[in-house]
Amino acid sequence: MAKQPQKKKEEYETTGHEWDGIKELNTPLPRWWLWTFYITIVWAILYTIAYPAWPGIKSATPGLLGWSTRANVAAEIAQAEQANAAINERLASVELTAITDDPELSSYAADAGAAVFKTWCAQCHGSGAAGVQAGGYPNLLDDAWLWGGTIEDIHTTIAHGIRNEEDPDARWSQMPAFGEILPPEEVEQVVNYVMSLSPSYEPKDPSLVEASAEVYEINCVACHLEDGTGDQFQGAPNLTDAIWLYGGDYQTVKETVVNARFGIMPPMGGADLSEAEIRAVATYVHQLGGGE
Amino acid sequence: MAILEKHKILEKNITLLAIFAFLVVTVGGIVQIAPLFWLENTIEDVEGMRPYSPLELTGRDIYIREGCYVCHSQMIRPMRDEVERYGHYSLAAESQYDHPFQWGSKRTGPDLARVGGRYSDTWHVDHLTDPQAVVPESVMPKYGFLKNRLIEPEYIEDRLRTDRMVGVPYTDAMIENARADFEAQIDPYADGVDGLMERYPKAQVRNFDGEPGISEMDALIAYLQMLGTLVDFSTFTPDASR
Repeated sequence: MAKQPQKKKEEYETTGHEWDGIKELNTPLPRWWLWTFYITIVWAILYTIAYPAWPGIKSATPGLLGWSTRANVAAEIAQAEQANAAINERLASVELTAITDDPELSSYAADAGAAVFKTWCAQCHGSGAAGVQAGGYPNLLDDAWLWGGTIEDIHTTIAHGIRNEEDPDARWSQMPAFGEILPPEEVEQVVNYVMSLSPSYEPKDPSLVEASAEVYEINCVACHLEDGTGDQFQGAPNLTDAIWLYGGDYQTVKETVVNARFGIMPPMGGADLSEAEIRAVATYVHQLGGGE
Repeated sequence: MAILEKHKILEKNITLLAIFAFLVVTVGGIVQIAPLFWLENTIEDVEGMRPYSPLELTGRDIYIREGCYVCHSQMIRPMRDEVERYGHYSLAAESQYDHPFQWGSKRTGPDLARVGGRYSDTWHVDHLTDPQAVVPESVMPKYGFLKNRLIEPEYIEDRLRTDRMVGVPYTDAMIENARADFEAQIDPYADGVDGLMERYPKAQVRNFDGEPGISEMDALIAYLQMLGTLVDFSTFTPDASR
């Protein structure tokens, strides 16, 4: 576009004001600008009539269009639920063990479960489900299961949690703090014995292992069993594998024996997750690699 | 449009200009201030809301002191993605006793409006002590020092009274028992627990950080564990017109 030729000074109108020979030019706002401004005012008024805006004594004006954030989000959620209603209902009603045999159901459950896992489980078990040993948050990828690795077991654990006050059906077990029960030398013995069971660490003092079998026999077999493989009904870990919930070095095992551990998992059933969601995330965890 | 030329009358008469300027400011003032007198009608009646217990309130003050609100919001917006991730959208009533509110406008970390009950106390201790130990991708600073800072409910009555001045319905009994309630909340076997539960229904009573004494960690976790737990959403029906 060619540049407009500039007007000469004399061609401007002035307002007629004059001060010591200085005149004020009268250059009004461009028409298009002014009219746009007026239109925005009209638009604003119409907008407040169409949408909730003007505050009253009891409540604000609802607006002619009947727009409501709450209704919108409810409709949006209902629509999403509607879309998955059929498969969710099937997921929630079939036998748990049948989910893996149904390719459509299991692939849906694994995908939906992955989303649920990221929202509800990843904070403790890690986004890759590998757990956090320092905090005693179990790795869900391996074959070791404290409370059982079948899909039913996983489902129960997720729905009711572990050692929580909120759910009366929570899985519950409590290892005694042996620091208050056993004399220090017997603690020493049993720590070495436990380390001798696992292939991951050598006992600190192998000479104690022999003598400590009796201490183990009396105090530990009820839950961890004679051979140390652990009783899953009581959530007692297998001591013979190389997998440690809190760590298998001398210091950590000693701390476990002396003070005991009390890991808590909140229940996910009830208000938090629907049955279909719990089954989905159970399927997801089951297919991560360790499912039995 | 002759009327558009009329502004000259106002501009040339100082008295008229003053009167009209005053009128304009008055209208602006009314528009801004008047709705605040009817603020109550924007807060629906929701069952279960109660003022913070003394320990929770102390935890809340620590939350504010440490600037948690800089990265964490406490406001679940009414959108499907938010509702699916964090739970039911926040209601105005849920922050009616907040002075100041913690809605926030920036989420570097997740929203905390319904974090209560979602994780175990031990997780909170682990996470506050070393966030990266449990969430490797986190950029949250460490707050382990809270565990070593023991606190006394020295000014707790005054603290409750201050909130009462700005409209939080603390009763005389609540203020009178503030000290006892503060100490009872970390000891399930304390004598004052029944009184505490009566005054603050749904209060969670336990030793939150698992260490002896009442530390700032106890107070902060007590606060975090109650966030969003007061309203029972299984019985709540939202008023769609709001």
